[in-house]
Amino acid sequence: MIPEREELEAALQERHGKELQERFGRAVVAVCGLGGLGSNIAVILARAGIGRLILIDFDRVDLTNLHRQQYKAAQIGMFKTGALADNLREIAPYAELETHTVRVTEDNVCSLLQNTDIVCEAFDDARAKALLTNAVLTGLPGKYLVAASGMAGLGSANEIKTRRVTEHFYVCGDGVSEVTDDIGLVASRVTVCAAHQAHAVLQILAGE
Amino acid sequence: MVKINGESLDAAGRTIAAYLAEAGYDVAKVAVERNGEIVPRAEYEEMTFCDGDTAEIVSFVGGG
Repeated sequence: MIPEREELEAALQERHGKELQERFGRAVVAVCGLGGLGSNIAVILARAGIGRLILIDFDRVDLTNLHRQQYKAAQIGMFKTGALADNLREIAPYAELETHTVRVTEDNVCSLLQNTDIVCEAFDDARAKALLTNAVLTGLPGKYLVAASGMAGLGSANEIKTRRVTEHFYVCGDGVSEVTDDIGLVASRVTVCAAHQAHAVLQILAGE
Repeated sequence: MVKINGESLDAAGRTIAAYLAEAGYDVAKVAVERNGEIVPRAEYEEMTFCDGDTAEIVSFVGGG
């Protein structure tokens, strides 16, 4: 039995308080890249009662994603946008979801993200991370950007930090742990970083 | 002196592009904050650091 919208809303208000939950419910947050960071960010934000999520990724679910990303074995081969939207609807049936199965470029970034309050940068490629960061912070004034850099390997989870670089720019991660041939992404450490990003989003919305 | 990533450096008068090249950064992987604002990439070649500036180079590494 899926709860009614009012029941879910009441449960969220009980946890977060009415005023804060109303802010979360009015918010529009974009998640760019739906891998180890983005799929986990989206699940946390959907659970927290964010009203509208914009989910952007060009890729499909691969066998090698399952160890750290919020997909199921039966979803291998599906576009990540559709697979994640299906999973989020099971978790948060009344969250509004907008999906874009595209690669983010200099040309489409402003039109894709013009209606968001906060953008989460959750790509894996360093150049794509820098492109999105520069495009949002110089092309879309007033929007917040929560990026991530450095979360690979089995180093201490306590090295993952959230830093505020400018009024509208936050970076989560340890800043240095890159994916190499010898070291990959481990579910726990990537998820810690995703939780830092999602937490920064909620703090921004709360005005903390 | 210019404070870059917390370190006082003799970079006044140098363009952002020149500083990034000297310091070994890959321009395609960075965002540059100067005095609280993100510098548009198109301005790296012209914009120079001034005495007293505070800047941060955020250099992205892969993984996500």
